[in-house]
Amino acid sequence: ITHRHRQYRGGRTYITLGHRAGDMGVNTIHWFRKGLRLHDNPSLRDSIQGADTLRCVYILDPWFAGSCSVGINRWRFLLHCLKDLDNSLRKLNSRLFIIRGQPTDVFPRLFKKWQITHMSYEYDSEPFGKERDAAIQKLACKAGVETIVRISHTLYDPSKIIELNGGHHPLTYKRFQDVINRMDPVQLPAETITLEVMKKCAMPISEDHDERFGVPTLEELGFDAEGPEIAVWPGGETEALMRLELHLEKMASMENCEHPRMTARSLLVSPTGLTPYLHFGCLSCRLFYFKLTDLYRKVKNDTPPFYLYGQLMLREFFYTTATNNPHFDKMDGNPVCIQIPWDRNPKALAKWAEGKTGFPWIDAIMTQLRQEGWIHQVAWSAVACFLTRGNLWISWEEGMKAFEEMLIDSDWSVNASCWMWFSCSSFLESFFESYCPVEFGRRLDPNGDYIRHYLPLLRSFPARYIYDPWNAPEEVQKAEKCIIGVHYPKPMVNHTMASCINMERMKQIYQQLSGHRGLGLLATVPVNPNSGASTSQVGRVNPGANQVRDLKLSLLLCK
Amino acid sequence: MKVDVNPICSSVEKKVASESPDSNWARLPQELLLHIFQYLPLLDRAYASQVCRGWNQAFHMPELWRCFEFELNQPASSYLKATHPDLIKQIIKRHSNHLQYVSFKVDSSTESAEAACDILSQLVNCSLKTLGLISTARPSFMEVPKSHFISALTVVFVNSKSLSSLKIDDTPVDDPSLKVLVANNSDTLKLLKMSSCPHVSPAGILCVADQCHGLRELALNYHLLSDELLLALSSEKHVHLEHLRIDVVSENPGQHFHTIKKSSWDAMVRHSPKFNLVMYFFLYEDEFGPFFIEEIPVTHLYFGRSVSKEVLGRVGLHCPRLVELVVCANGLRPLDEELIRIAKHCTQLSAIGLGECEVSCSAFVEFVKMCGRRLSQLSIMEEVLIPDHKYTLDEIHWEVSKHLGRVWFPDMMPTW
Repeated sequence: ITHRHRQYRGGRTYITLGHRAGDMGVNTIHWFRKGLRLHDNPSLRDSIQGADTLRCVYILDPWFAGSCSVGINRWRFLLHCLKDLDNSLRKLNSRLFIIRGQPTDVFPRLFKKWQITHMSYEYDSEPFGKERDAAIQKLACKAGVETIVRISHTLYDPSKIIELNGGHHPLTYKRFQDVINRMDPVQLPAETITLEVMKKCAMPISEDHDERFGVPTLEELGFDAEGPEIAVWPGGETEALMRLELHLEKMASMENCEHPRMTARSLLVSPTGLTPYLHFGCLSCRLFYFKLTDLYRKVKNDTPPFYLYGQLMLREFFYTTATNNPHFDKMDGNPVCIQIPWDRNPKALAKWAEGKTGFPWIDAIMTQLRQEGWIHQVAWSAVACFLTRGNLWISWEEGMKAFEEMLIDSDWSVNASCWMWFSCSSFLESFFESYCPVEFGRRLDPNGDYIRHYLPLLRSFPARYIYDPWNAPEEVQKAEKCIIGVHYPKPMVNHTMASCINMERMKQIYQQLSGHRGLGLLATVPVNPNSGASTSQVGRVNPGANQVRDLKLSLLLCK
Repeated sequence: MKVDVNPICSSVEKKVASESPDSNWARLPQELLLHIFQYLPLLDRAYASQVCRGWNQAFHMPELWRCFEFELNQPASSYLKATHPDLIKQIIKRHSNHLQYVSFKVDSSTESAEAACDILSQLVNCSLKTLGLISTARPSFMEVPKSHFISALTVVFVNSKSLSSLKIDDTPVDDPSLKVLVANNSDTLKLLKMSSCPHVSPAGILCVADQCHGLRELALNYHLLSDELLLALSSEKHVHLEHLRIDVVSENPGQHFHTIKKSSWDAMVRHSPKFNLVMYFFLYEDEFGPFFIEEIPVTHLYFGRSVSKEVLGRVGLHCPRLVELVVCANGLRPLDEELIRIAKHCTQLSAIGLGECEVSCSAFVEFVKMCGRRLSQLSIMEEVLIPDHKYTLDEIHWEVSKHLGRVWFPDMMPTW
């Protein structure tokens, strides 16, 4: 706190340290970023207490995108969330304020205009979030605004997990599990914000609120909103809570609810899918956690096992791994990422991203991703493997960028983690499994219904050839009016040759990493990665240094 | 190259004692400098070489230029930087005759492979012991005009005369160039890795086996394998073979593969009882006809594409020397019987990896029980194990850990 305020009102002097109370009142801003909900929102709940006025804001700024391209499905989902939030706030005699601009510009203005004394927001553990919030904290301090920050986007405080693990983030999921078992129990969700909770808190709303602060439409954001689309994934807290109930009902009715078997149907959009809602914070992960716990106790009359919370815990693991690593989404300079000499091939990358690889299984998945903004994890692993260590040998960073644009539930931490995992660049699991772009899908969905749904060109291809249409005899292709190489692309690689070469390459990389000298494949995966030393140091190629070093070297040698 | 520094140290100490402090560093003996320089990375060494004439001379001592890895990358095709062209020129000018252990790492661009060939062509004064041509992405040596590649490679073959280790996988090497290799290096060649070299014929590789009696490690594709080759490697004049790696790859479905007689394999085992036979199979399911019909001395077996239950059953019967088995995928029928059979007959098995397969929990526990503590690598994807009336998924890892004598968990993929 760098300065004091002096206010003279009616002869009395109020001297405050970063807190302008008194006749001005306690004026609060709640800053929504993720956490787009009124249930389990402790930072909002705490800032309401003692507040005279409250305004809830959402800043529309480049920070949301991270990169410059964010696809239409993500925007649509976000706008639904904001609309839903606005509606919920209306019921509390308030509204949501959408403000355009950068937070560092917007907040000083607002602090002054609305005479803000307090600001609240949900803690963001991601590196860029922390950086942004540190800057805002500074501005708040300068303006004498007190900040109220609470953790509610994750089950635990990531820094506490790291502390309990001796100051390092757990390097494997198993290790993470051990640490979690020693943590204090998950905190209960905060009470939902209701009229009762609001009590005496006022929400000043102007008549022209909609014009100035209303939720924009897709068109206003510059999108060509094509046709009357019913969103496959409707955003918002209301939808999220409804889905949660459906999800739990479904689980209760399944026999083996902790380990559901995957079927072809799982690939399609699920009416009980929850990941996008967790990502945007329409659904509290803690609420989900406790509801799962209650359900299990009721049905099985037993303490829930760790893997019941698999989805939530993995998410937690990824957040913890990423929190102190601003280079987490890159290979270079990222201590947890194995340095692999990926190929640079924009043409091949484009074919993959646009679903034009010539492998219907891959293309159907990428089509679903582009159209709907969501694919099943298994589908994700298939296309990730194809792009990276399986076939194209292109960097996972490219895959991550494409998913950031298209995937609705793409968390920065989760996205990077999954891409590194699927490309065998981190987390040190075995790498021998390769998902054949023909056989894998065929085993899962022998009739190819999924492909027929997303690739209309191949809709009536016989099941025998739908996964490898290039092997279909000419007559078949002619009959279906789909000549491979003309109407639908030929396969862009020979899968067998590619996987043979890539397998050997991965083995050599892992061999260098672990220092394993034997002939075995499995033994090349390094064990005991918790020794503290960064495992990516061994066999590390240092891309940046060589050029400069060698130039200097050659100059020196000339003398 | 290790130098015993103790006698040198004591002589230095004596010198130091008798002279003023300032002149010590300049009087360090060359051997000691060499020893110290070997610890320094190349750039630091180069800076050190600028200090004085003595150190500059030490820097250019041949011993410091034995090993070099040329990294050849283009910005358009790789994230990695390349060895600077000026540095390359300098090395060729001043140190090419010192080079002994050389490798080339190239990216997917033809330019990089051609640059490697250009350098190779200039290594006229070298007596290389090791040469490695490594493609870090797509095999770009295959894109270079064959004649250019061959002439560059034969420069090394002809001039080196003492090649011991040669790695030329994924290159357009051919039979005539192998003849040149043999003509000049037959006494010294110990290791030859040439998987995926489509221009070589079985006769070409047979020539190598016939002449290079010191060959201990060989890696090639199945189409080059012949009974004659195995017999040549088992001839009396030949040393014991240590590793034989064979890639069995089918580019398109419906390919035919020849058979190798059991007697040829038997001859190999008799001649080199400890040799390792590493086989990587990338075949379509219906192409396995010629394989695992009779006993085969394979030690490390990898199936990169889906392999049928039936073939895995045959593996259990005919691979008594099996040490490692990795099955990428099998399909959706449980492999219970096949695994038990493998546990029973493959008594040397110490590593197993199962990808997209299915095994019932009871059969899996039985398998682990039968193998016991010799299983040092057990890499099973979580989805492989099917819970049954005896074991659930949480119980199984305790059972397995018990029999293994260490804590064990299945592998996982982030799915939910």
